[in-house]
Amino acid sequence: MQKELFEFERPGYYGPYGGAFVPEILKTTIDELTSAFEKAHADPTFWQQYIEVMQTYSCRPTPISYLENLSNQLGGARIYCKREDLNHTGAHKANNVMGQGLLVKRMGKSRVIAETGAGQHGVATATMAARMGLECTIYMGAVDVERQRPNVFWMEQLGAEVIAVTDGTATLKDAINEAMRDWAASMETTHYVMGTVCGPHPFPQMVSYFQSLIGKESYQQMQKMTGCLPNHIYACVGGGSNATGMFLAFLDEGNVELIGVEAGGKGIETGQHACRMKGGKLGVAQGYKTYFLQDQEGQMLETHSVAAGLDYIGVGPILSYLYDQKRIRFESATDEEVVEAAKMLIRQEGIIPALESSHAFAAAIREAPQMKKEKIILINLSGRGDKDIFNIAEAIGDEKWELFLKQKVQNL
Amino acid sequence: MGVILKTESTKLMNLTEHIQERLRHKRILLMTHAVVGFPSLQANWDMLEIMQKAGVDLVELQLPFTEPSADGELFVKANQAALKSGIRIDDYFAFMQKATAAFDFPIFMMSYYNPVFVMGHQTVCQRLKESGSWGYILPDLPVEEYGDLFEYSKAAGLHPILLCAPTNTPQRLRKIAQQGSGFLYCVARKGVTGAKTDINENVDDFITRCRDCSELSIALGFGLSKGEDIQDLHGKVEIAIVGSALLRSWLEKGPEGYQNHLTELVENCFP
Repeated sequence: MQKELFEFERPGYYGPYGGAFVPEILKTTIDELTSAFEKAHADPTFWQQYIEVMQTYSCRPTPISYLENLSNQLGGARIYCKREDLNHTGAHKANNVMGQGLLVKRMGKSRVIAETGAGQHGVATATMAARMGLECTIYMGAVDVERQRPNVFWMEQLGAEVIAVTDGTATLKDAINEAMRDWAASMETTHYVMGTVCGPHPFPQMVSYFQSLIGKESYQQMQKMTGCLPNHIYACVGGGSNATGMFLAFLDEGNVELIGVEAGGKGIETGQHACRMKGGKLGVAQGYKTYFLQDQEGQMLETHSVAAGLDYIGVGPILSYLYDQKRIRFESATDEEVVEAAKMLIRQEGIIPALESSHAFAAAIREAPQMKKEKIILINLSGRGDKDIFNIAEAIGDEKWELFLKQKVQNL
Repeated sequence: MGVILKTESTKLMNLTEHIQERLRHKRILLMTHAVVGFPSLQANWDMLEIMQKAGVDLVELQLPFTEPSADGELFVKANQAALKSGIRIDDYFAFMQKATAAFDFPIFMMSYYNPVFVMGHQTVCQRLKESGSWGYILPDLPVEEYGDLFEYSKAAGLHPILLCAPTNTPQRLRKIAQQGSGFLYCVARKGVTGAKTDINENVDDFITRCRDCSELSIALGFGLSKGEDIQDLHGKVEIAIVGSALLRSWLEKGPEGYQNHLTELVENCFP
């Protein structure tokens, strides 16, 4: 299944999903990128070079931790997690950007642009640009700039220009539109480092290719640690890059259940969520065809999640296809469940998860108690939660933190 | 001015005739643009009346979309404000119908693909036909993705106006030209709508490449704003497209400023 996925009947299509719906001005650039990626893909030294960079710059392979306390407390399946939070810059985003960075060098471009939601992809891109000597502009929704200030600070320190996008809902989708507009004018010198498995072909394939490292490592690590493969794998799904990266290696293992967890926000019934699989319908926007959260007339809806990185209208076409094929089960977790899950992981295991990744934990925590003790769960801990200190502190209602902030402001 | 027959059976033929007829008196034609619902439907109507009075030759009416990815800042804001004011698809088609009944110039729908995809190809063509439109422009729909939209358009007597760009390879230009109908919409430069374009050798070269691939009339747009821009295109293309600049005039100088701007543009269409 993994192999067939990329043997396209129509270029860039996974069943009815995907494609490349770009304005004509970008067509040639997209074709050049596809061709550069295909050449790199066919060159075994390229993957080798990528692995070396990730080993020497980004702590790969990231470990898998057995969460004994959490497993015991829930009293069901044994729970393991893949520590993508230990990547350089604190999330799986580093994998994709370093891979695309190597490709940029091959293509000889001098500038990179990127969209960012939570800011993790923006920080990762800025880091890569600093290391590889590239100019860098990051587009970020103004709402996200507000809720992820620490990441904005780091991007700017890394030398990137951060542009707050005020159009539309001022979140991830609007940042993508704005990055595409920049690219339509700058493509001769500029590469667009798409941060997730969305957008026009070849991005879904290319980002999946770099992120597939997560699943490849996990496959071997789980066999070594437990003597078998996990029974259930959970990953959160915004655009879907950490989930796709984790799931690909297990696609052909029919006994491994794959579970994607979307942002339930304030509850699907409130309309304030980002559950594309259950609440969305087929559409075409942002360069590709997939399930979008949209109204009856095809206008995109506002989305909501406590986690900026999941607050997005569309979902990777590969995941839509695998959902149709019933290879991936989709669940959701509400903001409230997610904060509880994060608190649990912090207290029980001494791990501070990103609110995005906490969605995967919330669903696993919900389901694990019903599973037999010999069953094994693997959760992709896609990023660390330090960046969420303001949001988590607010959600928990920590008075000392509030006092600290007030004093800081007074001292300014 | 020649009589424009609005029955669908003759419309396919008559767009070319319309263009030729208008070109008997002018060096170049002018196509203008309005985002339906911005600043208001009444303002759109006033714009159309001014266009008619000034002698505009073709008009695009944009069906607003939440993600107008080929548009620059001004049109992005216009799309979003129109939607926020509550403009829905039924309002759009009602306005289109009223406009095509009242004005002489051919009117085209401009939008993005998702509303068309969600409505369904057949329904869209049916509704465009019923509302008297001459065709449509979808800047985010590549030629290979039209599918049965071409057939339904033909059956409904609608022109799918295809876009081509200076970055297109000659093979790609030929492919687009073969499928296009009515005229080719040539994007003068990289980027999105609204920013300035210099009419230079690069543009000339692009126009030449389009001519080599197509018999269709050529409309050039993106970044044209002044009478001089129109003058610069005399003898080069059949149609000049002005969008953002006119909306900016309306917003900054009101109906009178808009009228003055349009009059200046139209004056520069004559020898």
